[in-house]
Amino acid sequence: MTPTSLASSATVAQEVPAPRRPSRPRAIALTIARKVASALVVLWGAATVAFFAQTALPGDRATTIFNIRAGQAQLRTPEELAPINAEFGLQNPLIVQYVDYLRGVVGGTFGNSYQQYRPVTDIIGEQLGATVILSLTAILFSWVLMIVWVTLTAGRGPRLGAIGSLVDVVAAGLPAYWLGIILLLVFALGLHWFPVIGGTGLNGLILPALTLAIPLAGFMGQSTRAEFERALDQPFVISARMRGMGDTGVRLQHVLRHAIIPAVTLSGWALGATLSGAVIVEAIFSRPGIGSVLVSAVNAQDLPVVVGIVTLVAVVYVVANLIVDIAYSIIDPRLKAS
Amino acid sequence: MTIAEPLADVDGLDWPAARLTVENLRVAFTVDGARREVVRGVSFELTPGECVAIVGESGSGKSVTARSLVGLTGRNAIVEADVLELHHEDARSFTPRQWRTVRGRDVGFILQDALVSLDPLRPVRAEIEEALRLHRWGNRAARYARVIDLLTRVGVPFPEVRARQRPDQLSGGLRQRALIASAIALDPDIVIADEPTTALDVTVQAQVLSELEAMKRRGASIILISHDLSVVAQLADQILVMRGGEVLEQGTAAEVLGSPKHEYTKALIAAVPSEHTRGSALSLGESPLIVEHAPVAAGPVLEARDLVKTFSGNRAVDGVSFTLGAGETIGIVGESGSGKSTTAKLALGLETLDGGTVRLLDQDWSVLPERRRRRLRPSISVVYQDPLSSFDPRWNVERILLDALRGQRLSTTARNERVRELLTQVGLPVEVLQRFPLKLSGGQRQRVAIARALAPRPSVIVLDEAVSALDVTIQAQILDLLVALQKASGVSYLFISHDLGVISHLSDRVLVMKDGVVVEEGTPDDIFQRPQHPYTRELIASIPVFDPASFVS
Amino acid sequence: MTTLTALPPRTARILRLPLGLYLALAFVLLLVIAVLAPQLLATHDPFALAYAEALQPPSWAHVFGTDESGRDLYSRVIFGARDSLTIGLGAASVSLSLAVVFGALAGLAPKPIAVVVDRFIEVLFAFPSLLIALLLVAILGPSALTAVFAVGLGTAPGYARMVRGQVLAARNSGYVEAATALGHSRWRIIGAHILPNALRPLVAIFALSVGQSIVWASSLSFLGFGVAPPASEWGALLDAGRAYITQAGWLIVIPGLVIVAVALAATTIGRHLQNTLEKGEK
Repeated sequence: MTPTSLASSATVAQEVPAPRRPSRPRAIALTIARKVASALVVLWGAATVAFFAQTALPGDRATTIFNIRAGQAQLRTPEELAPINAEFGLQNPLIVQYVDYLRGVVGGTFGNSYQQYRPVTDIIGEQLGATVILSLTAILFSWVLMIVWVTLTAGRGPRLGAIGSLVDVVAAGLPAYWLGIILLLVFALGLHWFPVIGGTGLNGLILPALTLAIPLAGFMGQSTRAEFERALDQPFVISARMRGMGDTGVRLQHVLRHAIIPAVTLSGWALGATLSGAVIVEAIFSRPGIGSVLVSAVNAQDLPVVVGIVTLVAVVYVVANLIVDIAYSIIDPRLKAS
Repeated sequence: MTIAEPLADVDGLDWPAARLTVENLRVAFTVDGARREVVRGVSFELTPGECVAIVGESGSGKSVTARSLVGLTGRNAIVEADVLELHHEDARSFTPRQWRTVRGRDVGFILQDALVSLDPLRPVRAEIEEALRLHRWGNRAARYARVIDLLTRVGVPFPEVRARQRPDQLSGGLRQRALIASAIALDPDIVIADEPTTALDVTVQAQVLSELEAMKRRGASIILISHDLSVVAQLADQILVMRGGEVLEQGTAAEVLGSPKHEYTKALIAAVPSEHTRGSALSLGESPLIVEHAPVAAGPVLEARDLVKTFSGNRAVDGVSFTLGAGETIGIVGESGSGKSTTAKLALGLETLDGGTVRLLDQDWSVLPERRRRRLRPSISVVYQDPLSSFDPRWNVERILLDALRGQRLSTTARNERVRELLTQVGLPVEVLQRFPLKLSGGQRQRVAIARALAPRPSVIVLDEAVSALDVTIQAQILDLLVALQKASGVSYLFISHDLGVISHLSDRVLVMKDGVVVEEGTPDDIFQRPQHPYTRELIASIPVFDPASFVS
Repeated sequence: MTTLTALPPRTARILRLPLGLYLALAFVLLLVIAVLAPQLLATHDPFALAYAEALQPPSWAHVFGTDESGRDLYSRVIFGARDSLTIGLGAASVSLSLAVVFGALAGLAPKPIAVVVDRFIEVLFAFPSLLIALLLVAILGPSALTAVFAVGLGTAPGYARMVRGQVLAARNSGYVEAATALGHSRWRIIGAHILPNALRPLVAIFALSVGQSIVWASSLSFLGFGVAPPASEWGALLDAGRAYITQAGWLIVIPGLVIVAVALAATTIGRHLQNTLEKGEK
């Protein structure tokens, strides 16, 4: 351990101004209001992007829709296109379509599918449940894996740290499709521990959830590990040791709480990532969910469905982030700053 | 061993009273297979009610020594000693489990700065009762009662409320007391304090020292690690002076401080700046070459009138005024949060004013837009506390200095010559040009920063805590350099610091700031001998008295 | 035998590099050969049909096995390197170009523009990369070019945030303040201090991005939205192999393994570059 120079210690006292906070509840309410407003702006932006993505289809939209439904690509007469124009309001000026769309989003609808004659929200709603369960299970698994792995391997000398870090990096970079297929081949087809196809209930959930959990654990593990090792060197840990605390105690009772802060901040992103990763995983394991809906919609160029799903995931991300953010403001504003 | 009651009569005991005996302690670290000696041959004895102080600058090995006494030297450490006895048990053969029993119960350790030495995510109560819990002391209710008792003992008002709060919710002084409480929870009879007052405001520092004194009176033995001789002088019975891992001098406080034998000890004592050292050199460095005179301005060089700066509803600077003349030094002193650094930034035009004006060389300065201000910037420079963060990490010293000369119309030869001239003025060898600031020592970096500040031939240099992060002997050299530069070139200084000793050594006039307001103004003599404002009085009273002359028998 | 200390300093430094880096560089070298002169590495003609030898597991004759038409998988992988790497490099270039432009604007532009760009980056970041890519595929239809833009656009927001963070850190740094105090103009500070320091890690990030882009592009192909078979492009191989997961797992596993190896090599090189940079600044 190198003797600490005075430089760092002398600077600390000078750079922390004496805080004179305004009354706490009011300050918190203001901060929350600001964060909510910011989130709303992002949501509005997302909806706008979604709308303009739909108008980006090359060619005349009405014709495209008709062709999708008819299954053939050819020019159509105005009479054929009239009902479609009416249904989707395609003759209105762009601004009007935009406002209508926004109003619909606020009300909870995403328009109608091009391919099927149903509202997008119905199509998504049917399949969303299974995907959400998969997503949450994956996040749970990833947290368990990450905490165990980091607590065991962080800060135990260069060798173990290097191995731990390497595993994190490799795991984070594993493509979901490849990992899923390996797990499928080894554990389902090879060892027959889990069902190969579909499988409702817990058994059919484990392999797909693991496929999403392992890369996520690797990714979050990197920042958790860095924070863990940084915290292990902090003076308050030395204080704890000076009181007679052993290494395990220090890790679990002091360091862990600090180390998981970056991972908690990533929760919103993790939710978005697992929902989108579910697209691939559901394809591999033939599970029901919005993944298969998305794939077929992309194939058919059924933009409202595609845009609806994509926007939904974005909304989930923004809302989850907002909740985590607000929770931090209430518990301790300093936590986010660390 | 814990103290149940204060020991009344030490001499009445008939067994050897030394609680801790250390003989020839050696510590080495293995780095990349090579063995690096960090501590060589420390020996001392610790008796009840005594304070042994280990004094040294960074790299002296004093902290490593302290940690070896509780078995926490670190992963690659090899600790050896002829004798290392803790309460008459041979500590050299302690297993990790034995060490864990000793720590907290027989030996308490106080680290510096409670803001980072207490877990910021846990309430203070959890930190204080941790030692109790680990050593299985009492049940939950008993432990809680003891926490309240300890907080009361160290002088924390409303302990029930404070115990529930987190460290950042307490003021600096209360935090430090809580840290002390957590270290003495089990009343250990040996307390090791590692730089317990560094990075603290001087008023908080005084509170901590009185706590340590109280512990001494109760019979505890204290090992005090510090670089600050004035802190050590107040408490220590025995002093060890360390440098580079070796003990250069050892003896009673009177011996070491009153009649020091080693050159280094003498240099350490001489290096402490105060109002007594004004006008004399603090170090034995050689004086720099004579600097060319910049045309000395006739009138005031820097004028500030009623400066106001608000940060989110909070007045950081509230009506500060001063006038800096040519060749003069004004020192602004205050504790953290007093607004002194913000004042410096306002004077430099690096922060926008919310009220008041600044005039530079009798011209408009603060009212100008930045574009017009740039023309005048060569007249005012700045030196920061941490030079490293003010240097572009990709640049070496030569590039840094050449860049500072950019505004001037010079040929390439003239430019290079000027760079060398600057290096000589600050006492750096030419070889330093190719090196990167990262690889320089703290003192060398600060000299480069001063050289950069001198490059445009300024009339004013603002120094914001410029020596606060330096070891005391290096600080002495830099202070001497600054004084010599001022004498030779007539440059004016606006010196910001929390250290009254440095301020009074350097300044012609002193401004004392608190909460954004100048509470008192005067010469160093006025401030020290005749403080008017109650805050100034408190500040002066808090400074640990260090008068080496008083130790000479 | 000479000891390390006896060798000239530069050679000694090169020899002390970690083993992983050597492996990564060696692998990259192989890739370069596969791109420039695949015939040197391939064992068979990638398009040669031989139905008699269809769906054979890896053996000495066919190192990676054969596909449903009897084509040698190993040779197909080698010949597919060019397309796959081109897509990866293209996507990484698109991604980082967008990231630098928008990240720099968000960090440096005057208040109103910076806020708008900042919000825009946040909005795009809310959409997961894969989903943005799928959205673009839905609009433009699947092809190699779409894959380049889809992956590029999908990964850009994440990097834009990174660049913005770097730019802001540089802008609020002590050396920028010192430069202002010296009287340098705003543009000079941006050009001499902020941009060089903020964009220093870019080379390392580019390496990481190439690896990541190849993985994402192959994910698109796996779902059927990339380059179509019978091209030898790795993603196409994945797509084709999907139907034979249970019968001939190697058709997906091995190309996937190659992709993972490329990504790993790119990440290793990128991290090494990052570490060297950071060590220089410690």
